[in-house]
Amino acid sequence: MQVTMTVNGEEVTREIEGRLLLVHFLRDVLSLTGTHWGCDTSNCGTCVVWMDGEPVKSCTVLAAMAGGHEIRTVEDLAHGAVLDPVQEGFMQCHGLQCGFCTPGMMMTARALLDRNPDPSDQEIREAISGQICRCTGYATIVRSVRWAAMKEASA
Amino acid sequence: MTAVHEPRQSTFHHNDEHPVGHGRMLRKEDPRFVRGRGRYVDDVQLPGMLHLAILRSPVAHARIVSIDTSAAEAAPNVKAVVTGAALAAQGLAWMPTLSNDVQAVLATDKVRFQGQEVAFVVATDRYAARDALELIDVEYDVLDPVIDVRKALAPDAPLIRDDLEGKTDNHCFDWETGDEAATAAVFAAADVVVSQDIVYPRVHPAPMETCGAVADFDPVEGKLKLWSTTQAPHAHRTLYAIVAGLPEHKIQVISPDLGGGFGNKVPIYPGYVCAIVGSIVTGKPVKWMEDRSENLISTGFARDYIMRGEIAATKDGRILAIRTNVLADHGAFNGTAAPVKYPAGFFGVFTGSYDIEAAYCKMTAVYTNKAPGGVAYACSFRITEAVYLVERIVDCLAYRLEMDPAELRLKNFIRPEQFPYLTKTGWEYDSGNYEPTMRLAMEMAGYADLRKEQAEKRSRGELMGIGISFFTEAVGAGPRRHMDILGLGMADGCELRVHPTGKAVVRLSVQSQGQGHETTFAQIVAEEIGIPPADIEVVHGDTDNTPFGLGTYGSRSTPVSGGAAALVARKVRDKARIIASGMLEVSPDDLEWEKGSFHVAGDPGKSVTIQDIAMRAHGAGDLPEGIEGGLEAQITYNPPNLTYPHGAYICVVDVDPGTAQVKVRRFIAVDDCGTRINPMIIEGQIHGGLTDGVGMALMEMIAFDEDGNCLGASLMDYLIPTSLEVPDWETGFTVTPSPHHPIGAKGVGESATVGSPPAIVNAVVDALKPYGISHADMPLTPSRVWDAMRGNPQPPI
Repeated sequence: MQVTMTVNGEEVTREIEGRLLLVHFLRDVLSLTGTHWGCDTSNCGTCVVWMDGEPVKSCTVLAAMAGGHEIRTVEDLAHGAVLDPVQEGFMQCHGLQCGFCTPGMMMTARALLDRNPDPSDQEIREAISGQICRCTGYATIVRSVRWAAMKEASA
Repeated sequence: MTAVHEPRQSTFHHNDEHPVGHGRMLRKEDPRFVRGRGRYVDDVQLPGMLHLAILRSPVAHARIVSIDTSAAEAAPNVKAVVTGAALAAQGLAWMPTLSNDVQAVLATDKVRFQGQEVAFVVATDRYAARDALELIDVEYDVLDPVIDVRKALAPDAPLIRDDLEGKTDNHCFDWETGDEAATAAVFAAADVVVSQDIVYPRVHPAPMETCGAVADFDPVEGKLKLWSTTQAPHAHRTLYAIVAGLPEHKIQVISPDLGGGFGNKVPIYPGYVCAIVGSIVTGKPVKWMEDRSENLISTGFARDYIMRGEIAATKDGRILAIRTNVLADHGAFNGTAAPVKYPAGFFGVFTGSYDIEAAYCKMTAVYTNKAPGGVAYACSFRITEAVYLVERIVDCLAYRLEMDPAELRLKNFIRPEQFPYLTKTGWEYDSGNYEPTMRLAMEMAGYADLRKEQAEKRSRGELMGIGISFFTEAVGAGPRRHMDILGLGMADGCELRVHPTGKAVVRLSVQSQGQGHETTFAQIVAEEIGIPPADIEVVHGDTDNTPFGLGTYGSRSTPVSGGAAALVARKVRDKARIIASGMLEVSPDDLEWEKGSFHVAGDPGKSVTIQDIAMRAHGAGDLPEGIEGGLEAQITYNPPNLTYPHGAYICVVDVDPGTAQVKVRRFIAVDDCGTRINPMIIEGQIHGGLTDGVGMALMEMIAFDEDGNCLGASLMDYLIPTSLEVPDWETGFTVTPSPHHPIGAKGVGESATVGSPPAIVNAVVDALKPYGISHADMPLTPSRVWDAMRGNPQPPI
C-alpha cells in the first residue's frame, strides 16, 4: 500500500506493507536512525516520536496509521546548528550516558515544556515515567529538563 | 583524605573553564547523541544487506526428533535456512564458552533451555525472516526439565549435559576458599552465631539496546567485518579466530556506540556466530538484532545464588568469622564470563570491609534447564552477591545483638593503618579509610534524627526503615599472573600519537557502553601531557584501529586501561623532554614540566610548549642524539593488583501497612573511588547503579514455572524502575587514592549496583522489625512484603 505523511516538515510518500511499524518505517525506510527501538511491548519508550505534536511510541503505531499525519523525530529537534534548550540541558546536566533512550526522552521533554513551561520535578518524573533509562537513574534527566525550562524562562 | 558532600551541579557550564586535565567536563560524545546521530549496530545499513532471525526452542528440555525446513526454504524472500545439522557438518555446531565449557550455536541433539537457538533464516527483510520461522517444523520429544536448583543433584534428576563424555549428573563445579578448620574452630568458641538463608534471585541486565550484529564477509579478500554489540571486541576477535578457523588478521570486529551493556554484552552469543555463517553462506552482509524477549530469555542473566550465611561474634559485637555455603545455578551451559581461575568470580571478597579472624566458603555449581550466564549486571564478577551476603548477615547480627547496625559496622571496620590488608580469603585490599566515609554518610543522612523519627513513627504504627550497607569492591582485573580469560591475559594496550600541530589521538583497547570514555580518557591524557581534552581524539571499539586488550566490564576500564593511558602519556612526555632539551639547549634534567610546557629550571621565560615540541618532532632540523622523529608511544599495562573502592550507603524507606508497598524516600551514597577524574561522570555512574539496586531489591526477577517457561520474558513481566520508583539521589565522596594505580584511581562503574541492594533490603527489613522479621528475600514486591508482615516470608525460589 501507499502511505503519505509529513516527517520533520517534509512530505514523504512510500510503498509499504500494511503491517510495517512506524519505528521501522522511520529507521529502515527513511534512514532516520535517531529514533530507537528497545522492546516489543510499548514499555521502554525509546521509540517516542511526535504525531501531530503529541509524543507516541512509534513501535505501537503502524506506518499506515501515520498516513496524513505530521511526524517529528529527534533529527528535527535542533534548528540547524542551534540546539534546542532540551538538547543543551541533557548535555549540561549529564542527562544521558549510552544515548539510547535519549532521543525519546528529549521528545517527551520538549512536549512537556511546550504545554507546561515551568514543570515541577514530580511533573517531569510523571511525564517521562513511560520511558526507561538504564544508565542515569533519572535524577539528571529531571535536572536536564529543569535546566531547559530555566533557560527558556530567562530567554 | 578529603570528605565532601557533593553539591547539585546544574549551573551553566563551559568546557573551556577547565581546558586541561581532571575535573568536571561536559562529555565529548554528547553532541552526536543529542542530535540522534549516535551509531549503534542496528543503525548499520549496508547495500544488499539481508536480515537474520532465529528459531528458538519453545520448551526447556527436549530431544530434537526432526527438523523440516523445506517450507521455509521455499518461502518468498528467503535466502537461506540453516540448522544445527548443517553447522555440525562444518564443525561449527558447538562453540567454547568463556568458562571452558561448550555451548550449542544451534542445537543438534537436544534443546536445554527455553529460548535456545535451533535454526536460523536469512531473508530480504526483518519481517520476511520472522515469517519464515513459522514455516520450520520441528518435532520435539519433550523431556523432564531440571528447574528447581535444589533438586539438580538428586539421584533421579534428568541428565542435562549428556553431550559431555562420561557425564552422569548435573554437577558443574565445586569451589572453596578460606580455611574450613580454622573457621569452624572460631565458630565453635564464639559467644554468638547467627545463620540465615539468603537468596540472590536471577535477574537480567536488560540494556536498552538488545544484542545484535552485522556480519559482512568478503569472499575475495577472505575478510570478515563484524559490527557487534560487544564490550570486548579484541577478545571476541580472537575467539572467532579460534572457533571459526578464520585468520585473526582477516577479522575486524567493530563495536560502535552501544546502548548500554552492564555485562550483557561480554559473552559471545550464538546469534553473532549465526550472522557470520549467514554472511558466508549468502555472500551478503547479514544483520541480526534480537528482540526484547530473546534478550531476556536467552542472553546472559545475572546472580542466581542460594546462600547460607553464618556469622560468629562476641556478645559485645566483635565479628570473628564469616562462613557461607552457596548453591549456584549456572543454567544449561557454563557461560560465566570471569577470569578462568575464578569460577565463582570474585565472590571470595565476601568478608567485606571487616577485620575478622577466619572465613570459609564452599560452593557447588549446577546445571539446570535455564539460559546460561551468571556474571553480568554490573556485578564486578559476583561481588554483588558477596556484598549482599555480608551486609545482610551483618544486619542479622545487629538484630540479634540489638545493636545499631551503624555502630556494629564502625566497631569492626578494617582500620586505615592495616592497609594494605590481606583478607582471610587471600585478597590484598590496596587502600581504604572506612570510618570517615561511613561518618559522612551518617551526617548527610542525619542518622540520629532519622532514628528518632523512626521511633516516633513506630509508636504510631507507621513503618519506616533505615538501611545501611558498607561495601568494599575488588575491580580492575587484573594481574596477568592470576587472571586470564581463555588464556588471554587481562592487560590492556594504549597508543598515543601527537600530530605535528600538537593535536593528538589516543587509541584504547576498552569499549564504552555509555561510560563516557571519549571524555574521561581524553582527560587522563590531558592531565599528563598538557594537551587540552578537546584536542585529543579518543578511538575505541575497532580491532583494526586499536591495540589489543580485554575490554570493558568488571569496572576495569579506569583501573587497567586508565593506567595504560596515563603511562603512555608519560612515555610521550619523557620523549618530549629530550626533544625540548635540544630546543632549549640544556640538559633534560634541567627542565621542569608545568602542564603543557617545559621550562628551564630557574628561568621560566625559557620554555617550549608541547605543541612546539610536537612540530619539532615531526619537522626539519636535527633531533638530540639517538632520538627518532615523531611523538608517539604504545604500551600494554599489566596492573600489579586490583583496586578496592569502597562506599557507605544509607536508604530510608516507608512501607504502607495497608498495601505493603515500599517507597524509597531517600538514598544517600558516599563513594570512595580514589582519584576522581570527572566528578560529573562518576556521579552518573553512581546514580545508574543505585537505580539498578532499587530494581533488584524491589522489582526484578527472572522466574520460571515448573516446566521451565521463563516468566520474565518481556518488560511487562520483568519490571525495571522508572522515574517514579526512584528518589532524587544524594551523593557524596571521600578520596583514598590507590597506591599502585598510576594516577591513584579506582573503578567506580559498578559500585552502586553492588552496594545498594543490601541497603534497600536492610531498610525494608528494618521497617518490618515490629513484626519480628529479621530477613526477607528480594525482590520485595508488595505481595512478598505482605507475606513477610504476616510472619510468612518465603524465598522467591
